Amino acid sequence: MYPFSYTKVSDTRAALAAGRSGGRYIAGGTTLVDLMRETVERPGTLVDISALPLREIMVTARGGLRIGALVRMAEAAADPKVRGTFPVISQALELSASAQLRNMATIGGNIMQRTRCAYFRDVTAVCNKREPGSGCAARDGFHRTHAILGTSDQCAATHPSDVAVAFAALEATVHLLGPDGQRSVAFSDFLLQPGRTPNREQALRAGELITAVEIPAHPRPLQSGYLKVRDRQSYEFALTSAAVALYVRDGVIREAKVAAGGVGTVPWKLPAVERRLIGERPSAALWARAAERAADGARPLEHNRFKVDLLKRTVERQLRIVGGTE
Amino acid sequence: MSPQPQAAVGAPLSRVDGRLKVTGQAAYAADHDVEGMVHAVVVDSGIALGRITGIDVRAALAQPGVLKVISHLNAPKLAYRDNPGAFLDPEVGERLHVFQDDRVRFFGQPVAVVVARTLEAAQHAADLVKVSYRAGKSSTDLATTTRPVNDPMPAQDYERGAPEQALASAEVRLEQTYRATRNHHNAMEPHATIARWDGLSLTVWDKTQWVLGTRAELAAVFGLPQESVHVISPFVGGAFGNALRTWPHVTIAALAAREVRRPVKLVLTRRQLYYGVGYRPACEYTVRVGSDRSGRLTAMLHNLRAETSTYEHFAENTVVLGQMLYATPHVRQTFRTLPLDVNTPTFMRGPGFSTAAFAIESAMDELAHELGIDPIELRQRNEPETDQSNGRPFSTRRLRECFSVGAREFGWDRRDPRPRSTQDGDWLVGTGVASGCYDTLRSAAEAHVRLDADGTALIQAAASDMGPGTYTSMSQLAADALGLTMRTVRFELGDSDLPPAPPHGGSLTMASVGSAVQDGCDKLRQSAIKLAVEDERSPLHGVDAGDVIVRDGRLHLGSDPARGETYQQLLARNGRTHLEARGAFSPAAEQQFSTSAYSAVFAEVAVDRRLGLVRVRRMLGVYDVGRIISPKLADSQALGAMVGGIGMALLEHTVTDHRDGRIVNANLADYLVPVNADVPDLRAIYLEGEDPHADPIGVKGLGEIVKVGVAPAIANAVFHATGRRVRDLPITAEALL
Repeated sequence: MYPFSYTKVSDTRAALAAGRSGGRYIAGGTTLVDLMRETVERPGTLVDISALPLREIMVTARGGLRIGALVRMAEAAADPKVRGTFPVISQALELSASAQLRNMATIGGNIMQRTRCAYFRDVTAVCNKREPGSGCAARDGFHRTHAILGTSDQCAATHPSDVAVAFAALEATVHLLGPDGQRSVAFSDFLLQPGRTPNREQALRAGELITAVEIPAHPRPLQSGYLKVRDRQSYEFALTSAAVALYVRDGVIREAKVAAGGVGTVPWKLPAVERRLIGERPSAALWARAAERAADGARPLEHNRFKVDLLKRTVERQLRIVGGTE
Repeated sequence: MSPQPQAAVGAPLSRVDGRLKVTGQAAYAADHDVEGMVHAVVVDSGIALGRITGIDVRAALAQPGVLKVISHLNAPKLAYRDNPGAFLDPEVGERLHVFQDDRVRFFGQPVAVVVARTLEAAQHAADLVKVSYRAGKSSTDLATTTRPVNDPMPAQDYERGAPEQALASAEVRLEQTYRATRNHHNAMEPHATIARWDGLSLTVWDKTQWVLGTRAELAAVFGLPQESVHVISPFVGGAFGNALRTWPHVTIAALAAREVRRPVKLVLTRRQLYYGVGYRPACEYTVRVGSDRSGRLTAMLHNLRAETSTYEHFAENTVVLGQMLYATPHVRQTFRTLPLDVNTPTFMRGPGFSTAAFAIESAMDELAHELGIDPIELRQRNEPETDQSNGRPFSTRRLRECFSVGAREFGWDRRDPRPRSTQDGDWLVGTGVASGCYDTLRSAAEAHVRLDADGTALIQAAASDMGPGTYTSMSQLAADALGLTMRTVRFELGDSDLPPAPPHGGSLTMASVGSAVQDGCDKLRQSAIKLAVEDERSPLHGVDAGDVIVRDGRLHLGSDPARGETYQQLLARNGRTHLEARGAFSPAAEQQFSTSAYSAVFAEVAVDRRLGLVRVRRMLGVYDVGRIISPKLADSQALGAMVGGIGMALLEHTVTDHRDGRIVNANLADYLVPVNADVPDLRAIYLEGEDPHADPIGVKGLGEIVKVGVAPAIANAVFHATGRRVRDLPITAEALL
């Protein structure tokens, strides 16, 4: 670990001031500290924001949900408003990490977490994300868990978050506070695909702070849920996952929100699947027909070819679980 | 003769050191605090083969608190004498010499060590050491290497009968290759050493399964007499075989301590545990089986290839199982190791037998399916009369009974033999079985027993407790043999000054150390009884010593409990502060019997028919292991090994990037071991009885056998569930989609 200084702030003004002068925000620290130990991250100054008043979960005026950036994963998962309105969020959180980590890690930190690519996390390997232009060790190395969607020649690392997949599906918004004031970014624009700049992972400006994630109102009752497919049954990142939310009225699907995890360089929204669902009546055949489109545009590598098929099957299964079988 | 009553042995007692462990008071190697101690952090190589061309230590040395950076550029020459006692080291080759030359033999090889006043300073300075190399073309992949195989070591090739001819004329033939991947032990406790020099004497607090082995190796490396080295290791936080050898970091800690003239603590990081110590080697195992239509085996030919390092030819004992598990008139085995640019592999739980059982027991399942014979019936039809590898009778072999008890308890008769015949929602359900076997090893051991005037006893041996509960089981034996309670006996281990004990591996501790403890305690009890019956003032004066028993610290006539006295009374009256005795055990030079532990392992799995996920639903192991000294600890061993077997079958896989020899998943987030959610209903049953020929206490060893057979039982259940035979471990979703 490289030496660093540490400061704890008690209000957002102080946080932004520290952030503007190059400080790195830390909340739960469950990713950042690990990466500092591996010397992947070498911040000069840590700004501890855990005392900021960003721990509320509120129902918005329109009936959506606003989750403060510093709400712990465990708190968010257990919150009756979250569980009652968007079970997909609670499920995604509860299938993440371990109980200990969920007690520490925050919602803002969760969507900021960095990839699990082994080469990214090993400073003796080349990595375009860590050192732009140095090369990608994963492309010709071991990449069973890597992305098949949204990849570039530079990077195929997945975004590891589960709850981000639910946020992507539900078309959330990220609220930011920066030196120039507040702004909001659609979740789909917040996390960036690698392209030619795999080192840029979020649409954050210097010193900006995440204050909340907002889930817009959806028609009710919205049935939703999260399925995570992995080798072991707990404490592992997804090989594939699917977040599904459906609004069915009079036996017809009126709204469909679907995203996949474990397969994309960012949480992967599946509009083609959604389009096949809307206006249709739930049936096993429909789930299969819609899921056929789940891997559109996939560019697998040698070791993760199986994910193409597994992704379709994961989406099909989760459509059935959420939408019911005929 | 009145038999000594049995109270503690066979009782399901909790660990005597359990409270110490769960309250954090048990001091593991790195927990010791030695005055003036400083910290060492290893710098390891970033190539697998080549030479070091330079080491830039300027930035490291500039860090506050850094005392020294030691590498081949400034390290003293070490003696590295032969160590004839290191019988667990490979017979061929030479152990890695640290910091003695510029050669790199594997990725992650220690190339320097940084010593600093604080751990943080040492860690950061280690990051700042810049090593440059001239890299050669490394070869680390067993499957694709073009390296020539090593010459066979003794006992690697075997033949009986005329196997090729028998195979050619067999009614049924089957040939398959099974691949067990490299596994790492991944014990919870990292390897750690604290070394302190006092003049020419060296004391180390070390994670080791064999304090005497560590003592002998450090003496050999530093050119010291053995008496000058003292090794202390009272607690070991799991090892599974990986602390049997003395690995390079132990030498590095001692070397660093000598160089900086201060005690040094060195703890390997989790990443370094994938390079700095051993692992279960990857093995390709090809089986050719010939049988008749009724399933009687006529020939079995085994061709094995396994990885080893370029500097040592380590080979697991993978050949015994194929020579004696089933009646087979014609057998051939060829076993070759391949020298790769990797660190040397080592023993890992159920070494050799676990790997061989995966191949042989999978092949038996394939044969059963091919012939339409129940897999248990097939095994019963091939039960041998004697050990065909050496012609000896079995001391005890109750494999048939393991299967019959297991079949009854598992509900085997409800099984539909057709693959893919049972579905439960999205899950295909299947069951499988496998045999297990592990050679009963025994080795010379001694124990010192001392009974004090206060009626408490201390029993000592240089044994180890890496988790099976040596402290507890030895106390149980001693309590009964001395006629004391668990509260009035204490067992000490883990110190090289104690009476000699063999390595704590190969399931030989209970058989060997336990027999010595039994012997010492029997001797002491008998000497106390002799003292009493010869003492005119004793109520037992003049009675036949054989009629006296001891219970709860009181000596009395077996037929008349009222007539007797306590140890305290006896010793006080005779002016004795204590009694002591030396127990000893040595195995017969020439074994008359074939002695092994046996098991039948049953598994039920569910496989998601669309997603390919395998979930173990329940497992049962039935064990023929002789006498059970400590049933609760036996369960911990058996259930723990089933968990390990689930890992071996479904999860564990050390992934090497063969471009540069780097291990890609050298951490516990990416190297998957089972978590609680993966562990279903597990049950162990031990056949009652003992093996009177095995050793004086009738045990056959437990810690290894319980791992053997788990992976093939699961793999066979996966086949039964899905109709898909997976011959490469671990079995993951992509093989079943």
